Amino acid sequence: MNLFNTWLPYILAGIAVGGQYALIAIGYTMVYGILRLINFAHGDIFMWSGLIMVYLITVLPLWLSVIVVVVFAILLGTTIERVAYRPLRSAPRMSIMISAIGVSYLLQNFALYITGGLTKTYPAIRFLQKTVAIGSATTKMVTIITPFLTILLVFLLVMLIKHTKIGMAMRAVSRDFETSSLMGIDINRVITVTFVIGCALAAIGSVLYFSNYTGINPMSGAMPGLKAFVAAVFGGIGSVPGAVLGAFVIGIAENIIKGTGWTTFSDAFTFVLLIIILMIKPTGLFGEKDIDKV
Amino acid sequence: MDNRQVVLKLSDLTMQFGGVVAVDNLNLVLHKNEILGLIGPNGAGKTTAFNCITGVYEPTNGSIEINGEIVIENYPKGKMKEEYKGLNAGKYTKSLVMLPDKITKLGVARTFQNIRLFKGMTVLENVLVAMHMNQEESVFGATFRSRKARREEKAMRAEALELLEKVGLYENRDDLSTSLPYGKQRHLEIARALATHPTILLLDEPAAGMNPQESDELMKFIGEIRDKFDLSILMIEHHMQVIMGICEHIYVLNYGGQIADGTPAEIQSNPAVIEAYLGGDE
Amino acid sequence: MEIKLKNKTKAALSTIAIALFLILIYAADNGMFSGSSWRMFITVIEKGAIFALVAASMNLLNGFTGLFSLGQAGFMLMGAYSYAIFTIPAASHDTVYQYFDGGIIKWSIVEILENKMGIAGHYLGIFLPMIFAGLLVAGVAYLIAIPVLRLKSDYLAIATLGFAEILRAFFQWNTLGPVTNGSNVLRKYTTYESAIFPVIIAGICIAIIFLLINSTYGRAFKAIRDDEIAAEAMGINLFKHKSMSFVISSFFAGISGALLAMFQTTISATPFTTQMTYEILLIVVIGGIGSISGSVIGAFLFTASAEWWLRGLDSGRWLGISSGIMRPGFRKVVFAILIMMIVLFYARGIMGDKEFSWDRFVNWWRSRPGAIKAWPDKLKANSEARKKARTAKAVAKAKAKEDKADSEKKKSSGIPLFTPLPMSDEVIIFDKEGN
Repeated sequence: MNLFNTWLPYILAGIAVGGQYALIAIGYTMVYGILRLINFAHGDIFMWSGLIMVYLITVLPLWLSVIVVVVFAILLGTTIERVAYRPLRSAPRMSIMISAIGVSYLLQNFALYITGGLTKTYPAIRFLQKTVAIGSATTKMVTIITPFLTILLVFLLVMLIKHTKIGMAMRAVSRDFETSSLMGIDINRVITVTFVIGCALAAIGSVLYFSNYTGINPMSGAMPGLKAFVAAVFGGIGSVPGAVLGAFVIGIAENIIKGTGWTTFSDAFTFVLLIIILMIKPTGLFGEKDIDKV
Repeated sequence: MDNRQVVLKLSDLTMQFGGVVAVDNLNLVLHKNEILGLIGPNGAGKTTAFNCITGVYEPTNGSIEINGEIVIENYPKGKMKEEYKGLNAGKYTKSLVMLPDKITKLGVARTFQNIRLFKGMTVLENVLVAMHMNQEESVFGATFRSRKARREEKAMRAEALELLEKVGLYENRDDLSTSLPYGKQRHLEIARALATHPTILLLDEPAAGMNPQESDELMKFIGEIRDKFDLSILMIEHHMQVIMGICEHIYVLNYGGQIADGTPAEIQSNPAVIEAYLGGDE
Repeated sequence: MEIKLKNKTKAALSTIAIALFLILIYAADNGMFSGSSWRMFITVIEKGAIFALVAASMNLLNGFTGLFSLGQAGFMLMGAYSYAIFTIPAASHDTVYQYFDGGIIKWSIVEILENKMGIAGHYLGIFLPMIFAGLLVAGVAYLIAIPVLRLKSDYLAIATLGFAEILRAFFQWNTLGPVTNGSNVLRKYTTYESAIFPVIIAGICIAIIFLLINSTYGRAFKAIRDDEIAAEAMGINLFKHKSMSFVISSFFAGISGALLAMFQTTISATPFTTQMTYEILLIVVIGGIGSISGSVIGAFLFTASAEWWLRGLDSGRWLGISSGIMRPGFRKVVFAILIMMIVLFYARGIMGDKEFSWDRFVNWWRSRPGAIKAWPDKLKANSEARKKARTAKAVAKAKAKEDKADSEKKKSSGIPLFTPLPMSDEVIIFDKEGN
């Protein structure tokens, strides 16, 4: 019981962070599923959502700010897709990855310019910061809300993918890009919708994630972004439930590691996990094997 | 019967992807200096069989023998144990795999159905790449141009040029491989395969996309290289004219399974083969 | 008409170019030119050479072997540390490792060898740890290669990025403090004295990479890049060759890390982030993926722009334009936009996948607008003109002598000391910056 009480705060924090990673990871996994592209800029879209919130809250009420942040993230993501990815769709795989890295570099540097490299204080959202007691542990409201909100959003997303026409189109495109375009599926629309969903979730994730921390700086998106990507790989890239599961595993494991005093390696652990999973099961937990045609 | 030496032998070769049996219990024997045809409608599993022989795929069941030695063998394991639909599941007990480069080193070279030349390289370089595996000098010596490395490079170039001369590509030696016309690209693929010093050559649809005159020439060419390089050839082909004209023995596949084998004359009059071709999706 | 130079001419041109370059650096480094631009020039040369090396090493992987690896910053970090750790003078250990009781390594290779061999020992003491840094990184890279190189391209990118992060955490780990100084900076280690040093070391390393690429192993790498399956069917052992490329690339990344440590004079793990790897990758892209000379040109352009030419964008005034939007960080924004332009509209980079050659250079030079087309003729004409001028000058000189003799006391400025040189663009830029 005592052991449980010691570890409870870490596990709770882990679940919360895991939920936040999950919201970012969905964007990675869906984009990868459809375009076979690691959207290196996704973590920076997440960071920019946080940054915009800092500026918006000074002029707008909270609820409106959140909405504008989500809209902003969607616009940013779809613009990036249109400007930097779409023209390179038929180019070699490496070119589009380099473009993604270039966008990431641009977003980080632009943030650096806007903020002057300083860490900005993320607005305290009173409702999310409220202290709650669970057993002997006290925690913030955001910790409690995150997993539930994540699960709800993921449930809605899975419903969308399974039961709507656009969802069906998405599944078809992710299975076979060329054939689906020959079948008359509007590929561009599918890709745009994918980016819209991914970015909207990342924006919501940013509100929850940064509420946990006091500050935000231009590099704040890089690490969560990479971790979310690893989560997506862990769960099997292209699979939404897989990404969510992976994100929770990483979130919890990372916090337990922090609890044991190995904080330095809490980031590194994620990558150890990545390498292990790729060696044992390269397709991730729920991924499908695709065979190279010779 | 045929008392020539057996150079390649497939026994009960089966390749199953998930629930699809791509190659079903294929038994095939290639003799020394023989030209063997492998035919069948699209999707019959011919290329898959090639990929098993060359180590690209790990077969689900069966064995592959090269020059009298079993080099690849497998049996259904794990999940496949229950899903396996082929024959002779209990016959094989070993699990031997070999990577494609090792197979090539054993003297098995191949060409590809959809030409796979090295795009960024010239014709000559394409052939030189295939000779790399026989190089003895280490990376260190090669980088610093040791005497041995220079000698080897010189010998390689001479041999490559000679080979290009033989296949009629000498004039194109400095052209980018992808700038060649289609027919010449096929010839280059064969030249590249020959550069690995094979004893067995697997040709995957060498006449694809060629007109009757070109395929006639190709036919002659294949016969020539067989004699010049002392080869045993297994080829997949759709051009009946080529197959019937050059092969001594033909195997017919349909839906992965082997439906007939025999001399060209036997195959032409085999009702199962006619059924497969007329009733099939070709 | 295309001009083809003789091999001897090319060799001579290369030798002259390299010699002139080195003399220029030597002169600038020893304060033979005045002005802050020259100091900037030296900084750009040093840093550019270091980044040229790491970019070339990355190009070996990404451009020539087709392995999209993003671990370069991590390998540089490791090289930097392993160099610095062994060259901190014994007397400085207590101050450097102040939180770790002076560390556990109490000696410096440089000092040990200096005591034994004098000045030769000093240089050997710098050289050996540098090579050691490369070898250590290569060894670690080999261990990493075993799991990582089995992965497909995109996973490889993330896994190598991940390894770089693990290395970064590892070197900041407090438990290793007595060796790595934990999260504190390492300083006071021995560094090179002349800017020639990094240029020569980087030059040699890049030349080795170049030779490797043009050997049969290099051809095998390119085959893997073009088509893995076909390469394997040609008897090329994928893992062996990929790991070879990976290990060699890491070795040179390690060396460049050691050079960077010397350049910076202090080293900490913090700046070796993924952003640094991105920058190295972008240098490769600017120069052209698959061109070593492109990487070199890219590296110098990149550092020159970042450190020098675009610097004004951060301080409010650039090319005579002043604006409020030019405040710290603006430079990097402009820079990132330029890079995106290159990535999107000029994906081949400066050199594409071609290497620099004198033939191409000469032909390019002639084909540029306004160039003199028939230069052999022109050359002849020029030499004749020069001859004429020389005789005219001699005549003038003789005349002047007479004049001088005539009016000894009259201090005239009739004859200019130097005939005015035609001003090239660069000279003008230097002038402007110098003011």
